[in-house]
Amino acid sequence: MLQLLWLIPLLPLAGFAANGLLGARLLPRRIVALVGCGSVLAAFVLSAGAVRELAGGRFTQPLFEWLPMGQTPGGSDLTVSWGYALDPLSAVMILVVTGIGFLIHVYSIGYMEHEPRAGFARFFAYLNLFMAMMLTLVLGSSLPVVFVGWEGVGLCSYLLIGFWYDRMFDEKAKMSCADAGRKAFLTNRVGDVGFVLGMLILFGATGTLDIQGILEGAGSIDPWWCGAAALLLFLGACGKSAQIPLYVWLPDAMAGPTPVSALIHAATMVTAGVYVTCRMAPLYLHAPGAMLIVAVVGGLTALFAAIIGIAQDDIKKVLAYSTVSQLGYMMLAAGAGAFTASVFHLMTHAFFKALLFLGAGSVIHAMAGEQDIRRMGGLRRHLPITHATFLVAVLAIAGIPPFAGFFSKDEILAGVLEMGGESGSPVALALWGLGILTAAITAFYMTRLYLLVFAGAPRMPEEKRHHLHESPAVMTLPLVVLAVGSALAGFLGVPEFIGGLPNYLEHYLAPIFAVSGHAAALTEQTQGGAALSEGTALGIALFASLAGIASAWAVYRRGPLAAGPGAAGPRGLTRLVKGRFYVDEAIDAVVLAPYRGLCRVAAAFDERIVDRLVNSVGAAADLASQLGRLAQTGYVRNYALVFFLGTIVVLVFVVLR
Amino acid sequence: MRVEFFLLVAALLFTIGCVGVLVRRNAIVILMCIELMLNAVNLTFAAFAHESQSMTGHVFVFFVMTVAAAEAAVGLAIIIALFRRRRTTDIDDASLLRW
Repeated sequence: MLQLLWLIPLLPLAGFAANGLLGARLLPRRIVALVGCGSVLAAFVLSAGAVRELAGGRFTQPLFEWLPMGQTPGGSDLTVSWGYALDPLSAVMILVVTGIGFLIHVYSIGYMEHEPRAGFARFFAYLNLFMAMMLTLVLGSSLPVVFVGWEGVGLCSYLLIGFWYDRMFDEKAKMSCADAGRKAFLTNRVGDVGFVLGMLILFGATGTLDIQGILEGAGSIDPWWCGAAALLLFLGACGKSAQIPLYVWLPDAMAGPTPVSALIHAATMVTAGVYVTCRMAPLYLHAPGAMLIVAVVGGLTALFAAIIGIAQDDIKKVLAYSTVSQLGYMMLAAGAGAFTASVFHLMTHAFFKALLFLGAGSVIHAMAGEQDIRRMGGLRRHLPITHATFLVAVLAIAGIPPFAGFFSKDEILAGVLEMGGESGSPVALALWGLGILTAAITAFYMTRLYLLVFAGAPRMPEEKRHHLHESPAVMTLPLVVLAVGSALAGFLGVPEFIGGLPNYLEHYLAPIFAVSGHAAALTEQTQGGAALSEGTALGIALFASLAGIASAWAVYRRGPLAAGPGAAGPRGLTRLVKGRFYVDEAIDAVVLAPYRGLCRVAAAFDERIVDRLVNSVGAAADLASQLGRLAQTGYVRNYALVFFLGTIVVLVFVVLR
Repeated sequence: MRVEFFLLVAALLFTIGCVGVLVRRNAIVILMCIELMLNAVNLTFAAFAHESQSMTGHVFVFFVMTVAAAEAAVGLAIIIALFRRRRTTDIDDASLLRW
């Protein structure tokens, strides 16, 4: 099956071609759904077979020469071949992408049932294209191939956020779904500039674009260039994985249909930045300064987004900020050098966040489009399966044992404590504190979300209450499967000191992240001299989670907070958090307003000077022809006279010559 | 007779025809004036042919007469078409193609 690696991205691409070209007119819905889901399922089966055969090694499959650009003057080979590579890291990724992707495809059949046939086919075509691009990103063996996938998933994200391009997304901000898609696309472009520049620096420094070649040569790169390349790649990762300051697009990406939010903006695409950071781990290990920045940005993003998440009233917005926060966690882990923990959390997060989004989709489906959690409540009785699976996901993300999030979060926090090989250094302790605080806040806002949606008395209008119904089996089955995953995925990475089970994931990924030997040596040093024993740290994290849940229970047990007596609206800190710290407004004022001013100047220059120049050329031609047409009277006699005079002139000339 | 007399008559005929083409407005008259100019040319050809004892000039006269017949046919057809549409043969009224 390993030889069929090339088929894994190609199958969803074929599904995209079939549904995109024929789906809207020729194929019935049943076939569209079958093609859409079947291609992804086939990709999953192939992936599983390939990973099984790989057995922890490394397999490269060059397919064809893609960009035969020859040699640079410096003598390095600029020929890029299109090829795929499978190693333990990409193995974990393709299993997550195709596995969870397949479940979400199945779920979409139910969620999009009210969509007209053309829209239904378009939706599945885009989803399949996304899968193809995501698999290209994950499997690409050289940076340009990865970049094709990177841009491809960005395109699909744009297309799917704006899937309902004619609808309004945010009435207050006058933002349509198409605007939200554009915002995501443009924000990502900022990051992509960094990615391309980083790629160029690495090519200049190592003379190859092949990832394996770059990583092998990472040690010999000048430290400054190494740091610059790492930071530029991280800028790209910031865009894709929604880190400060480029996270603003992700909350607005919720304009897309909910399965899209689950697949692209929670489980897979947004983790691409984390994936690339982990992929380039040896490079980052040679740039400690860049790693520190990654860790700090990740930690701050985690805390910042979690705080905003407390005050959101839209069920999907809460989940969106939660995603930003969890991605911050992963970046924090990567920056701290705990790459295994980062990938572990990426995987468990894919399970429980996809489950949360799909559960939210099921709720929205039942509520006929209502997304405001203040108008929900008491859904426990009406949506039993959704409720049970959602509860599992909430416990998983809040970090309650034995659910998946507990183990991965603990791995991250343990990794942060040992950051840089100096266990318990002030920076590490500070970042660890950020992590603990975020864990508590995460538990708080997830419990709030759960209580407001499922517990308490129903707050929706009477007529909606009759409409409530559990979603069809095609939607609840993926929920159940994901719930099982969210509950059990954590056992793949049980920390050594708890014991009972070996830490499968760490052993599996060890060949990737121990490449340098350098990092391994660092972690060896730290044994024994820890500031906090792992058990204590774990206890503190668990206590933080429980405290978060308990305080949310105390505050939101009876429903949403009533407005304070006599208060015209939220004030002070509450208002700041409700307004999302006015980051969007600040970016608007600092970046977009000067840009618009520049645009106005350019437009004026274009109109007043460039256009006027071009127009005057036209006017000159016009004037000349106005003169010329005076000669044209239209009377035959005049023409005959001119003809006659001309003959005389010729005659005179001939005779007198 | 000397050839100069023939040439003088031909020049006279040509001038009459030329002036007629330039000053008259009736299409039929203009057509007749063109015939006059062609015949002046024919006369010149014949005169020179006679003078130089060559047949070339005579052959040319026949060509010119044939072409003139064809020209008259086409010209009259145009005039009839013009008259049918506009009820006039005044060429100053047929200036539609002017910008």
